[in-house]
Amino acid sequence: MSAPLLQVEDLHVSFDIRREGDMPWTKPLKLHAVNGVSFTLNPGETLGIVGESGCGKSTLARALIQLVPAAGKVVWQDGTNLLGLSPHEMLKYRREVQMVFQDPLASLNPRMTVGQIIAEPLTTHHPGLSKDEVKARVQAMMEKVGLLANQINRYPHEFSGGQCQRIGIARALIVEPKLLICDEPVSALDVSIQAQVINLLMKLQRELGLAMIFIAHDLSVVKHISDRVMVLYLGRAMEIAGSADLYGKPDHPYTQALLSSVPIPDPAAERAKVTIPLDGDLPSPLAPPSGCVFRTRCLRAAPRCAADVPPLLGGNHQVACHFPGPLMAQAVPAA
Amino acid sequence: MFMKEEAAVRLADIAVKGRSPWADARARFARNKGAMVGLFVLSLICLFAAFGSHLTEFTYDYVDFGLMGEAAEKGAPSWSSGHYFGTDDGGRDFFARVVQASQISLAAGLIGSAVAVIIGTLYGAISGFVGGRTDQVMMRIVDILLSVPFMFVIILLLVMFGRSIWMLFLGIGMFSWLDMSRIVRGQTLSLKRREFIEAAHATGVSSGRIILRHIVPNLMGVVVVYASLLVPIMIMTESFISFLGLGVQAPLTSWGALLSEGASQMRYGTLWLLLFPLGFFVTTMFCMSFIGDGLRDALDPKDR
Repeated sequence: MSAPLLQVEDLHVSFDIRREGDMPWTKPLKLHAVNGVSFTLNPGETLGIVGESGCGKSTLARALIQLVPAAGKVVWQDGTNLLGLSPHEMLKYRREVQMVFQDPLASLNPRMTVGQIIAEPLTTHHPGLSKDEVKARVQAMMEKVGLLANQINRYPHEFSGGQCQRIGIARALIVEPKLLICDEPVSALDVSIQAQVINLLMKLQRELGLAMIFIAHDLSVVKHISDRVMVLYLGRAMEIAGSADLYGKPDHPYTQALLSSVPIPDPAAERAKVTIPLDGDLPSPLAPPSGCVFRTRCLRAAPRCAADVPPLLGGNHQVACHFPGPLMAQAVPAA
Repeated sequence: MFMKEEAAVRLADIAVKGRSPWADARARFARNKGAMVGLFVLSLICLFAAFGSHLTEFTYDYVDFGLMGEAAEKGAPSWSSGHYFGTDDGGRDFFARVVQASQISLAAGLIGSAVAVIIGTLYGAISGFVGGRTDQVMMRIVDILLSVPFMFVIILLLVMFGRSIWMLFLGIGMFSWLDMSRIVRGQTLSLKRREFIEAAHATGVSSGRIILRHIVPNLMGVVVVYASLLVPIMIMTESFISFLGLGVQAPLTSWGALLSEGASQMRYGTLWLLLFPLGFFVTTMFCMSFIGDGLRDALDPKDR
């Protein structure tokens, strides 16, 4: 087993919140968007990250490539901690880690042609390339992601959402990164286009030996593409396990609730399914519950859950819960 | 059959030319009749200012002593005398004077808004993009400058350093960029959070290049519209100061200075001294407003 490509240890991201009417000298409130997340990612592996809106998925991704300041450790393959590098030192690693964004059209500059957009990372990291070489590489990349190379002079608004996302993927892959972070790359697309884009990503991953961090709120998409899956809740990892393992026998009550909410395309099975109610909203990240953050909505909540923070334990199947275990139907109150 | 295939292959080889957002805007602008007429008339006025001096045998500072003081009797506009716009009270050919005044007034408009565009755009974009304390300081400087009554400062400048056209341009340029920088900063703040800027960051594009390649081109719509509306304001400012008698000095002149002279001699029956500069002034204002409106309609991203 080679060294992991990326090792994240105890990653924290917090934002200062100033309420209206605060004096300039009042201490701002801290919003902990990501609160002590650790995971490892091996070369060529896909890690899926799922969770509700506002649980810190996108913030986690942005922290990894330092679009938001973070604390903790993000250790690259060669042993360098990416956090705390100067922008100049970071430049070398930006080539290795690229990102695909959620909104396909918004992530492309409307005043630049597709060729200019895709070439930008290339000209940033290899300023010595000649114009012809850049153009040749851009066209090769466009064909690789399923775009016509003769559309190099078109503008983003002339493309459909799925095509725009392909442009975004081409831009990310043109510098041959080792890690691709996909922040909900398909949630803005039609279902049929989603499948195309996901299959494209999987094909490119195989060809280029990419590692991927794939963020989504669509559980079935994540199941399809990921080797391992991490479940986030309120900025904390609840469960990390192999994809089949996690979907087959989830141990954390939150994961169980999430999975039970996925509709099954079979009316009989759908009726027979036990749905675990998740009452209420996500608690405010400004004042997270003490102990286990999920206890306010958990069926198994006990006094101990309010007192201690459950650590993320286990070997290949890690769970952060005081009472992990498979779901028992009798524990679920009738809806 | 063969030929069809060949044609298809050739078609695939030709890189398709994309329609840029600028090309779209140009087409929308060309459909706007008012703006096109405005552009046409304004071009005529610019041609008049540039080449009008070749149409008359008189120069703007030539004094015909025979006509001096007798403008009302002998100086009326006429083709036969060669004084197409008549002569003024000093016996100078009014056509040549209007040509010269147009040059100064249009230059004041262009220089004022060019300074506004260049300084205002860069200042606002940097302030908005860098953000934080830098933004606060840069914008407070603008606030302080805006709170200074700028007409007063220009007049003071002209009084202290002598009345020269360059001092006037400097004074106008000093203040014209303030509003522009505020508008640009606001736009930059909203652009900064867009995903394509984040993507550029993530790739490692330097801040300077992000501002020049990603932010400024996306600001140009707002900037162009505002600049086109700024040109008449600049012409107006220059005219106002010249009307007060502080702007350009004889023998140079501008529309404002001519209007001032014409207005003071209205009672003596030399109305052409007022009407010719007034006509040029008003027509230019109208043209600029129509062009500005057309540009706004063409470039406003909201109606896309």
